[in-house]
Amino acid sequence: MVKADPLGVLTGSHYLDGDEACAEGALAAGVRFLAGYPITPSTEVAERCAARFPFMGGTFIQMEDELASMAAVVAGVWGGSKCLSVTSGPGFSLMMENIGLGIMMETPLVVVNVQRGGPSTGLPTMPGQADMMQARWGSHGDYEVIAVAPNSPQEAFDLTVEAFNLSERFRTPVFVMLDECVGHMTEKVVIPPADEIEVEPRYMYTGDPKEYLPYKLDGNEYNVPPMLHAGQGARFHTTGLTHDERGYPDMTPACQDVLVNRLVDKIRKRDDIVHLEEDGIEGADVIVLSYGISTRVAYGGIRIARERGVKVGHIAMKIVWPFPEKRILELVDSVKGILTVEMNLGQMALETERLAQGRCKTVLAGHAGGTVHDPKVIAKAIEELAK
Amino acid sequence: MSDTAVTPVPVKEDTTPHPMEDWLRMDRIPHIWCPTCGLGIVVTALVEAIKKSAFDPDLMAVVSGIGCTGRVAGYIKLDSFHTTHGRAIPFATGLKLSNPKLKVVVVSGDGDLTGIGGNHFIHAARRNIDLTVICVNNFIYAMTGGQVAPTTPNPAVTSTTPYGAFEPPFNLANLAEACGATYVSRWTALHVRRLVESMTRALMKPGFSFVEVIAPCSTLYARRNRLGSGLDLMKFYHDNAIIKNGCPTPEVGIDFQKPFVVGDFVDKERPTWHDRMRAQMTATLGEKFIPKVGPSICTNCE
Ligand SMILES: Cc1ncc(C[n+]2csc(CCOP(=O)(O)OP(=O)(O)O)c2C)c(N)n1
Ligand code: SF4
Ligand SMILES: [Mg+2]
Repeated sequence: MVKADPLGVLTGSHYLDGDEACAEGALAAGVRFLAGYPITPSTEVAERCAARFPFMGGTFIQMEDELASMAAVVAGVWGGSKCLSVTSGPGFSLMMENIGLGIMMETPLVVVNVQRGGPSTGLPTMPGQADMMQARWGSHGDYEVIAVAPNSPQEAFDLTVEAFNLSERFRTPVFVMLDECVGHMTEKVVIPPADEIEVEPRYMYTGDPKEYLPYKLDGNEYNVPPMLHAGQGARFHTTGLTHDERGYPDMTPACQDVLVNRLVDKIRKRDDIVHLEEDGIEGADVIVLSYGISTRVAYGGIRIARERGVKVGHIAMKIVWPFPEKRILELVDSVKGILTVEMNLGQMALETERLAQGRCKTVLAGHAGGTVHDPKVIAKAIEELAK
Repeated sequence: MSDTAVTPVPVKEDTTPHPMEDWLRMDRIPHIWCPTCGLGIVVTALVEAIKKSAFDPDLMAVVSGIGCTGRVAGYIKLDSFHTTHGRAIPFATGLKLSNPKLKVVVVSGDGDLTGIGGNHFIHAARRNIDLTVICVNNFIYAMTGGQVAPTTPNPAVTSTTPYGAFEPPFNLANLAEACGATYVSRWTALHVRRLVESMTRALMKPGFSFVEVIAPCSTLYARRNRLGSGLDLMKFYHDNAIIKNGCPTPEVGIDFQKPFVVGDFVDKERPTWHDRMRAQMTATLGEKFIPKVGPSICTNCE
């Protein structure tokens, strides 16, 4: 880890909304290129970067659509910058093919999705959390993703920095799954001094550029090859086709097997890509699992249930993908049930169901979006599960 | 099998280096293209133009989309990117904006650049991003088996217009000019010398420069339309090309198997995206403006 570049760090106490805080997190992490297309409720992230970039050697471009935006940021990384794109549901759908390109080329970058109600144009100005499975599976083919879900402007800052660090470490696109509620909620955000912000440096190749093979592994602990950028004299090739360590297309099942398994395993085989906040798990009868804005509403429901004597614990997921499988499996035999609180009709709840396999009850407290949960509904669901 | 042992005559190995060895990925040759496809000539011409241009090859990048032409990026020994269908231009835009020191060249097909990628084409030209775009126009979606393209002359037969194409095709030179390209030309794959000169001018021209290369698809377009071999078609294009430099681009539309115009059509000055952006930022922010002049990642890694 290295220290953040002070040029991008707005140290101090601020009153920011989640979108603005997310932009500040990206700038602190070193983002100097953003290609995006306006869409409510995400636009403020791009607007803030457009306003701040000229003072730190950064470039913003408003592209013609999200297909272009995503292609441009994948390229921006290969051009030697830290890159971000920002969108909401409809734009996220358009980005999917080039997110796949980013995964295939092993391109470290971050995409922010400030979720609104869907499907289609849905509820442009109102919150949703219904793109969680899209984040996981939205591009074609086999792969794994990493995604974070902030529940406040402060977390929007902190977790965006973390998202960039994870993207560099695992050389893959990482998603910041905000929602309209957090995106447009204004709160105090404390941005530390640059030398207190840890930044994962890009894992660069240090040998003779003439010898560089873009996908040759060197035993790096994260199972990713070191990178060189365009213009560094390597004259390398990269492609979205299945490729060998030279980056050359290799249309064989054997090459496909090696490459795709590594892309999946570099994330799936690790159980340390977790970030949970736990409360009252010891001796709990019921566990509430939540993420993003739903964690804050879940607290309300948990408080009511606790006042009524229910032993209920809370797991607030900060990293939502990969799903915290190991932790959930540790708990399924000791609790009566797990209640997943999310603003959709059952997405992450399916993960708990898959893991529990009937060893405890798994229930969803969900709704179709547009507003946050009523804590009383959550409290009631907790009490039901505790019976 | 004969039972008389034949002593093989030793063949003397030819050790002369291939003249393109420094510029092509020889470990990827033979390429995947059909015999008499126009693409090989386009690659040779581009390499010659790159050699003639003053650019440091280490600071050049080639970006292709998907298609037969999309494979060009894989053969030229520069930093090269084989991206997604239609997105070569926005990818190239991202490279250029991330590191303005790079000279970025897009080589892709007519379908890739002006069908699925048409929106990016018009906007990159409008913005005047400093890119050189080489479009290999074979009038067809070749890679997928010869379907109709936005460039197919009427009434050519393609696999999805078995009774003849009827949608009016784009006049690409006119489209590029209308959108703001600073340099626009069209040559055929047999006008090799002029093509090399034109590509060199395009590379040297600041802003969005566009070269359309009319090239035969021997396997699909020629065969399905009974136009002979790829070589026959290449000759036909060459012989029916009327050279008219400076010809107004509205007049250079292409009809099926009729004479058509080639030449250097447009060569004009227009501030690039970077020129305008920097001027605007400086006018508004003065000394506070810190332009992005190269990759930023390393300021972060110290
Ligand atoms: C999103 C997407 N849609 C469709 C395709 C299939 N596809 C691959 S190449 C191609 C057409 C290429 O035509 P052109 O750009 O003219 O290149 P050519 O093969 O003629 O050189 C198509 C439709 C694809 N790869 N991706
Ligand atoms: S299919 Fe046509 S365009 Fe493609 S390589 Fe063969 S001749 Fe060339
Ligand atoms: Mg074509």
